Amino acid sequence: MFKISISPYFRSACILKMSGKYKLFRHTLYSILIIILSFAVLPSYAGIVRVGKNQAIQSVQQGILQAKEGDTIYVHAGIYHESKLIIEKSITLVGKGWPVIDAQNKGEIFFIRSRNVWLQGFKLQHTGRSDMKEIGAVMIYDSYAITVYNNQIEDANFGISVQNSKRCTIKDNHIKAFNKNEVLSGNGIHGWKADSLIIIGNAISGHRDGLYFEFVKNSLIWRNKSTENVRYGIHFMFSNNNTYIGNIFEKNESGVAVMFSSKIQMYNNYFHDNWGDATYGILLKEITDSHISGNSFVQNTIALQMEGCSRIKVFKNKFINNGFALKIQASCDDNDFTHNNFIANTFDIATNGTLVLNTFDGNYWDKYEGYDLDRDKIGDISFHPVSLYSMIIAHNPAALMLFRSFMVTLLDKSEKLMPIITPESLVDHFPHMKPFDL
Amino acid sequence: MMRKIVKYVLGDIIRNKMVLVYTILLFVISLSVFNIETNTSKGILSLLNIILLIVPLTCIIFSTIYIYNSSEFIELLVSQPIKRKTIWYSLYFGLVLSLSLAYIIGIGLPALYYFPNAKGAMILIVGLFLTWVFVSIALLIAGSSRDKTKGIAIAIVSWLFFAIFYDILVLFILFQFQDYPLEGAMIVLSFLNPIDLSRIQLLLQIDAAAIIGYTGAVFKIFFGRGLGILICILCMCAWFLVPLWLSVKIFQKRDI
Repeated sequence: MFKISISPYFRSACILKMSGKYKLFRHTLYSILIIILSFAVLPSYAGIVRVGKNQAIQSVQQGILQAKEGDTIYVHAGIYHESKLIIEKSITLVGKGWPVIDAQNKGEIFFIRSRNVWLQGFKLQHTGRSDMKEIGAVMIYDSYAITVYNNQIEDANFGISVQNSKRCTIKDNHIKAFNKNEVLSGNGIHGWKADSLIIIGNAISGHRDGLYFEFVKNSLIWRNKSTENVRYGIHFMFSNNNTYIGNIFEKNESGVAVMFSSKIQMYNNYFHDNWGDATYGILLKEITDSHISGNSFVQNTIALQMEGCSRIKVFKNKFINNGFALKIQASCDDNDFTHNNFIANTFDIATNGTLVLNTFDGNYWDKYEGYDLDRDKIGDISFHPVSLYSMIIAHNPAALMLFRSFMVTLLDKSEKLMPIITPESLVDHFPHMKPFDL
Repeated sequence: MMRKIVKYVLGDIIRNKMVLVYTILLFVISLSVFNIETNTSKGILSLLNIILLIVPLTCIIFSTIYIYNSSEFIELLVSQPIKRKTIWYSLYFGLVLSLSLAYIIGIGLPALYYFPNAKGAMILIVGLFLTWVFVSIALLIAGSSRDKTKGIAIAIVSWLFFAIFYDILVLFILFQFQDYPLEGAMIVLSFLNPIDLSRIQLLLQIDAAAIIGYTGAVFKIFFGRGLGILICILCMCAWFLVPLWLSVKIFQKRDI
């Protein structure tokens, strides 16, 4: 741990400058100052505070009180029944051998309101819950450059909550809860009004929303695994300019829902097994100017639902074995779908109107029955991916009774030959003959 | 006495070779479907429409024609001191036994071999019920009309009705009353057609119904649970017992 002690020199330099008497020597002084500064950057070891059952300090609370700015606190293995640990200085807290901090349902465990805090290697559990406020294992407020690394959080109402903070890193944490219903549970990682967060490699399950962001911008969400949450795997609103890469969203009660945001990049994420009534692989509502690429949508009730979305490029995604691969409302415009694979979905596309302002050219559809005489690997006749029955069932869900009935197959075939009800402009002019290698 | 007649009817049908062709047809279809489709659920889905169309069609047409063709044999039996009820039931059991056997060999056993679970069992049960129901409807048709041509025509029309027209009717109702919640009505309507009922039961087994939101959930809750399945079985039983009972009544009163 390195500490830079520059303040005395800096202060004297300022005094000299302000006095005005040494203007002639100013340049000399500056060069001296720079030399002195470069020497001042010497490693000065910060203090180490040890907390443990066999140490002088036996509670984490005491340890934090004793620590000075820049100190490191080592907390040794053991169970600490503590809560409401307030950190308001730049310290490093490291758990040795997974110390357990058990709040015994009395409330929050760590409050952090500081700069440059590092929190690592703890097992935090049993925060309890409250109807009045959000209780979390790690609460970060008005802070800057906080790192929460490699902790286990179990049975917390909220896992890690970041509010009104910048440049925080949340990495490799395991956050697990055992919630049964939406009202009583909190979110795994909760971001509110934050900027430049880096959230990497966390595993979250059993919370209300695995990841929840509101007014979070310029953030990177990478390689997280959000599974079996009570509501959404990830849920964000009013959060622009964020990038989501390689995350796994599996078996969440309602899948994933994201709303009212723009400039979202979603690459190579997995949306798997989000199965049930009103469950979406991903629900996009009022999302604009975004990219969705390289994602894999497998076994979802509705893989991708879009409402009021504009200018989204959806390319090189896999849609396999979904109920509906894509439900796109007529309120979407200027979205472009290309180079996607649509394989073994019950319905490839459903829509709720005849107005189509989006393009669907150049995808692979396993339901395409056309031919390719000139052998350019692009079908010679265009493909209408919306089936009549999907239109019927969108308007009239009770028509499920006729699901896969022979009559429906007949109607679909005749509609394919002569589209009357299905939107004629929802068409792939250049359907690929073979699936893309994605 | 009944056993003797059943045995005779069985022997007659098997010698007829039609049932043999039917068995081989089903067997070829099921084997090819199961071997071509790598995805197991998709295999069942492909088989679904084949079962729901071919089984009822064959059963109803074959049974109707068989009853008409054996009118002389029936007349002979009626002249003997045998109860008419016994004759009619024997004919029914003869037909049902041979066609069920054909189904078990043609589709039931391959299905159980490829899916030794609830899915395979459901395919078997659904097909057997359809066989019994449509043989019994055939007997009602053949019993109530003496004219062979008219009888066969009615048989074809009733197959068309159950397989296609009924669904069109349902679609019509759906559109006429689309402002109302129709889930309950749809459940009732599906009980009124053995083919629809079989299809829904099969689809629930391969878990394809969960995909369509609220209605899917309603169907699953009703048809997927113990009481729902019991009601379905009772309903299918009613579908072959009631026409059979009616046809017996008609046959007893008929002037041969």
